[in-house]
Amino acid sequence: MKLPHFDYQAPVSLAEAVALLAAGDGSARPIAGGQSFLPVMAFRLAEPSLLVDLRNIPDLSGIEISDAWVRIGAMTRWRDLLDDARLAEALPLLPAAIDHVAHYQIRNRGTVGGSLAHADPAAEMPTLALTCEAEIDVVGAKGKRVVPASALFTGALSTSLEADEIIVAVRFPAWPRTRRWGFEEFSRRRGDFALAGVALCYDEDDKGRAKNVRIGAISVADTPIRLKAAEAALEGRAVDTAAIEAAQAAASGEVDPAADIHASARYRKSLVGTLLNRALVSASTRKAK
Amino acid sequence: MSVGFEVNGRAVNVNVTPRTTLADCLRHELKLTGTHVGCEHGVCGACTVIVNGDAVRSCLMLAVQAKGAKITTVEGLSMEEGLTPLQTAFKKHHALQCGFCTPGMLTTLHALLSEEPHASEDRIRDVISGNLCRCTGYVTIIEAALDARSSYQSGEGDKA
Repeated sequence: MKLPHFDYQAPVSLAEAVALLAAGDGSARPIAGGQSFLPVMAFRLAEPSLLVDLRNIPDLSGIEISDAWVRIGAMTRWRDLLDDARLAEALPLLPAAIDHVAHYQIRNRGTVGGSLAHADPAAEMPTLALTCEAEIDVVGAKGKRVVPASALFTGALSTSLEADEIIVAVRFPAWPRTRRWGFEEFSRRRGDFALAGVALCYDEDDKGRAKNVRIGAISVADTPIRLKAAEAALEGRAVDTAAIEAAQAAASGEVDPAADIHASARYRKSLVGTLLNRALVSASTRKAK
Repeated sequence: MSVGFEVNGRAVNVNVTPRTTLADCLRHELKLTGTHVGCEHGVCGACTVIVNGDAVRSCLMLAVQAKGAKITTVEGLSMEEGLTPLQTAFKKHHALQCGFCTPGMLTTLHALLSEEPHASEDRIRDVISGNLCRCTGYVTIIEAALDARSSYQSGEGDKA
C-alpha cells in the first residue's frame, strides 16, 4: 500500500532533531534505516505528521570496542556489524544472531537503533540487548539518559521512550573471553521473522558449574523476555544432559506464547525448549579458547 | 520537495512528495519502469536497485532519501547494446519465465557478484532468498549466477 502523507526533515544535528520531535504534537517520528518503519506506515500502523530522518546526523554510526563496552552507534547497519571481524572475538553471540536478521537488501539499510526502537518481539536485537544486559543511550528534550534494556520494551512495538527521545547508541558490557554462549532461531525461511529463538550466555566456575546464566527468548511474548525458570534450572549446575533437559522443560513450561497463522501456542512452547536445548549443547561443547 | 541524484550515470532532479518511495519515483517520475513493484512492504525483492553500490529495496526507501546518491536500476546494468554476462547467463539458463522478479534478481546478483565475485553457491542462495520468484523454482537462477561469476572475477561483469 502507498504510504500516508507526512512532512519530512533531515536535520544535521541531534539537537535539531530532538527540537523537531519536541515541537510537534507527539506524532512526529524519527526514522533510521526505515526497513521496519516504512512497512509500519504502509500498513497504517503509524501515520506520523512529520518524519525526522536521522541519516545526516554525524557520529551516530560505528562500533567501538573498549575494555568496558562494545558500543554500537544507533545508525550502524546490520551489514556493518557482519563486516566487523572484531565482534567474533569481543562478543561472538552478536554476529551469530545478526546473521539471522532479515535478508541481504534489508541488511544494507536496517539499523541497530531502529530495531531497538521498533521493539518487535520477533526481532533479534531487542532480545540480544535484554540477554546481554545492554544499556541504551538516549537523548531527548530533557537531556541525556541511560535506559537499561530491561526497562526499554513495554509491549509489542512499544518502548518507554518519550516522543522526543532518540536512541544514540547501545552499549553491551564487555565479555570475559571464556564466556560460553549459544544462539538458535527457527523460521520457515532463513531471514524471515522467527517463530521462536533463544540467545544465551553463562560463565563457568572452577568446578565447571554454570554461573551468571542469562537466557533470552524471541517471539514467545509481546516483548523480548528472559527465561527465568530455565536460568534458575541451570545456575550452579554443570551443563550436562540432565541439566539441559531440566532447562528445556522449564523453558517450555514458563512461556505463554500467542498463536497466530504461523504457529500454534503449543508448537511455540515446544519449539522454544528445543531451541534452548540445541543452544545449550552448542554452548557447552564449543571448544574453549 | 526537490531532490537531485544520479540514475544510471545521468544526473536527475525530481519534484516529489515526501511519501513517494524511490520505487514509485523511478517508475512514475523518471519512467524507468524496469524496476518492478510487487509487495510494497519489503518482502518480495522485485524492486531492488543499487544505491551507492548496495542492493536496497526501493519500496523501503523514500525518494527524498536518495539526495546525492548514485543509483543503478536494471536499465543501467547494460548501457550499451547487448546484454551483460549475467543477463546473457539468465537467457542461456532460462532463469526467467514471466519476468516480473527478474529486474530485482539481476540487480541483487549484480551487486553481490560485483562485491563478492567468488561468492559460493550457498552464499548466492542465501542472498537470493530475499527475492521471491513464483515461476522458476530458483534452480536456473542459481545456475545463471554461478555461470556469470567468472566474468565478475575477471572484472568484466558490467561489460555488455
